[in-house]
Amino acid sequence: MTDTGGVANWTTLAGVADRLGRVRQPLLRYAPLLILAVVWEVAARLHLLSTSALPPLSDVAAAWLELARSGELFTNAADSLYRAGAGLGLAVIVGAVLGIAMATWRPLDLMAGPLVELFYPMPKSALIPVTALWLGFGDGSKILLIFLGCMLPVTLGGYNGARGADRLLIWSARSMGASRLRTLLDVVLPSALPELANGVRTALALSFILLVSSEMIAARQGLGFLIGSLGADGSYEAMFAVVLTVAALGFLADRAYMALVNRALRWRQ
Amino acid sequence: MGVSAEIVVDGVSHRYRPAVGRAVLALEDVSLEVRSSEFLALLGPSGCGKSTLLYLIGGFLPVEAGKIVVNGKPVAGPGPDRGIVFQHFALFPWKTVRKNVLYGLERQGLPRAEREARAQSFIELVGLSGFEESYPSQLSGGMKQRAAIARTLAFDPRMLLMDEPFGALDAQTRGLMQTELLNIWERTRKTVIFVTHDVREAVYLAGRVAVMSARPGRIKALIDTSFDKNDPDLHRTKAFVDKVEEVWGLVREEAVRAQQKRAP
Repeated sequence: MTDTGGVANWTTLAGVADRLGRVRQPLLRYAPLLILAVVWEVAARLHLLSTSALPPLSDVAAAWLELARSGELFTNAADSLYRAGAGLGLAVIVGAVLGIAMATWRPLDLMAGPLVELFYPMPKSALIPVTALWLGFGDGSKILLIFLGCMLPVTLGGYNGARGADRLLIWSARSMGASRLRTLLDVVLPSALPELANGVRTALALSFILLVSSEMIAARQGLGFLIGSLGADGSYEAMFAVVLTVAALGFLADRAYMALVNRALRWRQ
Repeated sequence: MGVSAEIVVDGVSHRYRPAVGRAVLALEDVSLEVRSSEFLALLGPSGCGKSTLLYLIGGFLPVEAGKIVVNGKPVAGPGPDRGIVFQHFALFPWKTVRKNVLYGLERQGLPRAEREARAQSFIELVGLSGFEESYPSQLSGGMKQRAAIARTLAFDPRMLLMDEPFGALDAQTRGLMQTELLNIWERTRKTVIFVTHDVREAVYLAGRVAVMSARPGRIKALIDTSFDKNDPDLHRTKAFVDKVEEVWGLVREEAVRAQQKRAP
């Protein structure tokens, strides 16, 4: 709430302090990044580290512009984002349905539960050669890998969320004439949403890890492939430019996702 | 008996099976008849199974021994003829007050304009005008319970099952809500089963009080408590005070027994 005139002095002062705080907070948040960038540039320019190990940030920026101008960055980014998007999308849909179904239908819980527990702690990057063997070096193997790797955190989120659905809310819906299926959609699903959203956030981060590592090992396009091939060519400025691009994409994806989740869950306060 | 009994509970027992430990006998051979349009209070110490009995009538728990018949039909699950109000409101937290109240009306397939008009009139009835677009987390306890009552009244159930609906409210709000509930009941003449452990509340609201024994729950006594509820001095009349004392006597024994059972 904003104050609307006729307020005592101390509230006005508090208001000013509050507004200052709101400007200062993002400044404080991003100051370390800025300091890091300056330290990087200075350290590289003073040759505290060899230029191949750490090229100056300004050279990296120039290399980024060159990659962008040639279009190389964007075609590879488009490939990568398609793979991550398709794999993650499938993982979210199948994972959520499986998790909620397991929570509401006991026989499925008994059958699928041990499988989920067995595969959950397995490092999914171990599947990179397997999916490449099955589906080759193209999009298919990456999508399958990301799907397999990202599904279980979503499944567990949906499972725990749906299990936590308040029995009295389910009863309320049923007493108002909602069928079992309707209750599942109208009560169990929204109850599961906060936990499900956490699972998807984990999956989102995992999808970037699996994408880049699988593209570095077994691909002919994509940002991971670009990092690998630029590194092998000794174009370290360009390699760093792509690494930073991946980091920025991951950060932006997480921010956009959290904004979406906070909007969808605004009823929580 | 017979013709005017809307709800017939006949020889019902119920066991709880916790995930760990032994099954607990919550209700034993309970029989009770609730007449159409009557306001009946189920009164007893905590843990006596009075909520369990309500949930069985609501169709939320399966009837395993004995039978429960509502309007001539055995209970086989929840239905919109029996509206329920819980102690902790059970409002859908992701829906606004208006959408909560609309939910039951949507399930009944009423036309949109009629749904909206009906929801609005019940929100006004419980005094929540201006809070239509608020989420439950933004309301006080009393307001949440008003919203929950509006939601249940809106789809016009023949019976109201109320599970300690005012138990989570402060004393003032509680008093106001009791009076409002009586007003609503006098206007609509719905059949009400009201679970409480508050003797004064039971005697004030109900026309009949069923006192339950400590676990396993049985109906220990049925007491007539019909008074002129419109008398503003009812709480100070000798008849009322004596009745509260009489019912207290019955409940006190059971509360003591419940305490002793809990002690190691």
